[in-house]
Amino acid sequence: MDFPVFHLDFLGNRMLIAMIAVLHVMINHSLAVGAMPLVAALEWWGHRKGDERWDRLAYRILTVSFVITTTVGALTGVGIWLSTSLVNPYAIGSLIRVFFWAWFIEWLVFVTEVVCIMAYYLSWKKMNDRKRAHIALGAGLAFASWVTMAIITAILGFMMDPGSWMSKESFMSGVFNPIYLPQLAFRTPVAMVAAGCFALFLTFFFTRADRDLRAGAVRWLSVWTLAWLPLAAAGALWYWKVIPAWMTANVPVALGTQKFASWYTDLVVTLAVMVVLVLLVGLAGLAVPRSVPRVAMLVPFAATMLLLGSFERVREFIRKPYVIGEFMYANGIRVDDYPLLKEEGVLRHATYTSVREISDSNRVTAGREVFRLTCTRCHTATGVNSVNDRLRELYGSGEWDRETVKYYVLGMHTARPYMPPFPGTDREAGVLADYLVDLREHRRPIPGAQEVGVVVPEALPESGTESVGGA
Amino acid sequence: MDTLPIPHDFFLPMPASTLELQVFAIFLFLIHILFVNLMLGGALLSLFFEIRGLRRPALDGLAQEIAATVTVNKSIAVVLGVGPLLVVNALYALWFYSANALTGTAWISIVPLVTSAFLLLYAHKYSWHALADRKGLHLMLGGAGALLLLAVPLIFLANINLMLFPGRWLEVHGFLSALALPNVFPRFLHFVLASVAVTSLFLAGWFCRQRFPFEERFPGLERCEIRRELLTTAFGATLLQLVIGPLVLVTLPPDGLSWWMILNLAGGVTLGITALVLLWREAQSTAPLSIRYWSVVGALAGTVVLMAFARHLYREEAISPHRAMVAAHTAAFRSAALGAEMRLAAGTPRLGDAEQVASPGERTYRAVCMSCHALDERRVGPPLTEIVEIYAGNPAGLIAWVRAPGKKRAGYPEMPPISMQEPQYQAIATYILEEVFAPEISEDAPTDSAAG
Repeated sequence: MDFPVFHLDFLGNRMLIAMIAVLHVMINHSLAVGAMPLVAALEWWGHRKGDERWDRLAYRILTVSFVITTTVGALTGVGIWLSTSLVNPYAIGSLIRVFFWAWFIEWLVFVTEVVCIMAYYLSWKKMNDRKRAHIALGAGLAFASWVTMAIITAILGFMMDPGSWMSKESFMSGVFNPIYLPQLAFRTPVAMVAAGCFALFLTFFFTRADRDLRAGAVRWLSVWTLAWLPLAAAGALWYWKVIPAWMTANVPVALGTQKFASWYTDLVVTLAVMVVLVLLVGLAGLAVPRSVPRVAMLVPFAATMLLLGSFERVREFIRKPYVIGEFMYANGIRVDDYPLLKEEGVLRHATYTSVREISDSNRVTAGREVFRLTCTRCHTATGVNSVNDRLRELYGSGEWDRETVKYYVLGMHTARPYMPPFPGTDREAGVLADYLVDLREHRRPIPGAQEVGVVVPEALPESGTESVGGA
Repeated sequence: MDTLPIPHDFFLPMPASTLELQVFAIFLFLIHILFVNLMLGGALLSLFFEIRGLRRPALDGLAQEIAATVTVNKSIAVVLGVGPLLVVNALYALWFYSANALTGTAWISIVPLVTSAFLLLYAHKYSWHALADRKGLHLMLGGAGALLLLAVPLIFLANINLMLFPGRWLEVHGFLSALALPNVFPRFLHFVLASVAVTSLFLAGWFCRQRFPFEERFPGLERCEIRRELLTTAFGATLLQLVIGPLVLVTLPPDGLSWWMILNLAGGVTLGITALVLLWREAQSTAPLSIRYWSVVGALAGTVVLMAFARHLYREEAISPHRAMVAAHTAAFRSAALGAEMRLAAGTPRLGDAEQVASPGERTYRAVCMSCHALDERRVGPPLTEIVEIYAGNPAGLIAWVRAPGKKRAGYPEMPPISMQEPQYQAIATYILEEVFAPEISEDAPTDSAAG
């Protein structure tokens, strides 16, 4: 409402964030949080055995992690921020006001982590005669990586903790919300398992000329992976068990469970598949380390990534219809602004809109502006999660009744509790329905402010200085 | 005519006093930009020496050593960028995010552009020996990386420039038009020159430090020769700023100019000229780096701090009228919103704009039930005709089912429980069982009355 509306009508705004965020979580968990302790342990093992070849293998695995985390990993991390501030600036701006210092501390730990990884990687060969100190540096780096993840998980918890974050004692209660510890207990070992699978995969490339080392390394990494696997399964189960309680506390209308239930079952299936796959590959690595095929390593890695992705999705879902629990809806509009907007309309109070007042001649255009202002954070007109497809599921592909669509808009939050209530007036719901019915016939993408810029109409007098309602 | 966009500000307090945040913003940004300078300047100088190394192979080793500093400095530059970004997001969220959205495509492209630049720079650094015989390809890797690094500051500059001028927001149609606003390109030149100067100065200190075995590492090169070349480059780049600097100043829209700002600038220029004189003398000397080198570093650091303060004063001055309008508008909106909240709590919302014509039951039916039920055909659930058959004359039974449904029909998904306000259950039962199929109320009856 108060920012130029950035919009991607083909990809969808949420998809933009999801792509960047998922890539970041995958790299962060498997190649930083999981890989750093793994590499340090591998280095220690090589030092203990006095075997140069193990040291070289650890260094090469670190090289791959280093290159990927300091490029794609680091930039997708910044990218989550850049994309969320494009898509939901009011939400991210509000979060920054509240959690500034939490993020600031996280940043300091993040700086430490980067300095540590530079020092650890670049001093590997120079510190050959001081191996123990170098391994200790690796352990410190592993700890710093884990702490950044632990802090950001806490901030994720803040965003989901409904209501209490506004009250005085919210900071700590936000950190230790009921799903924080299970989340951490889940993410940590999953990261270790994923790193184990990834290192196994790399090992096949780095030991082509040395079959003995390959057998030893595959066995070592299998032990690593299998050791973390039960913890990963236990953490996932714990997390899985606290979700419903959290969910019922957050989604007052039980209807939300309908869609949730199917994801929830998916989770258990993914979890089971991941455990079985990793177990099989790990056992094969222990028993017949010479004959495990290279691709076999990628499959469990993909499965752990899928598991992470599914949990993230459920976590996001629990949050709806809010983007910040009970403070702001997913459409970026504050809960407290609803009564006024319901009385006077979003068009009247929007900073950027081409229509300020609805007339009989501008109904469809006005409806498109209402759609842009209130629906486009999650829906597109013609692309991913398009409103057209959603309505087609309800009303079929024939003619849609404008009145039916209007009443659906006005009441959708009762039937679909993950949807925010419609913020505008009944009349705005009416023109929105006009637009939606028109869209069924004339499929046109909605351009974003990044392509066509913004329009600012004449401001109306401030509220309260004139009577509203007309007629 | 153009109207100034006046958005509502956030309704949440700042995390710290604005003064603290402003000081934070200036210093955190300066530390970040130092490493950005070293990264970009290093990429350019490494390329420069590598090209000259084609004729004079001794310089190739120097180029490689510079490339090694780039990949370290780039990681520090990125991580140190997060802090100032956080502070800017707190202080200038309203203006910064607006500029970001208006240049959205370019803004989000920062992620793939910087990622690609970094990967190319790694490829450049780690393929130095492997591609020793294919210098053309190797130079292309480094060149492509450096070009991308040059492109990214344009995106940032376009954004922090655009954010200062809300009046211009309406003229902007995408990144290129934001780039075309005055001041962006002069400022870009200013920044690139600074990168070259800072990096040359740094490398002179780095390679000519006492403990560095220069002649051993770079056979065929002499320490004092490289020292002179680097210091002369730093001198030349800084001297050029005496031309570019005034250009930056005169292309600056007058919105934010103030005497305090000019005073800061003048102080910066004075220190800068002092640094130039010292730098020239240091460049002529063949002795090891003296205290004079550190005086140059100190004077230039002072220049940069004063310039950053001047820039900050300009920013605050340029934004302040708009900020005042936003504050007034926000306060008015806030009190109107509170009024509406109180009216709602008192049960007297002003819903004059309504176009209600349907009965409460029909309204609820359309809003809630029609997501899954149609009149006489199956959608997600069974049609109303069947429901009426089952519950005719039994509204209580229908209500009980709606409150706590279960699984009844094979081949249908289970209906979820519906929670509504008490009167809505009754209204909906009445509507379904008595009104829908009554002859006088047909589906077509509700018509639109825009007059309200």
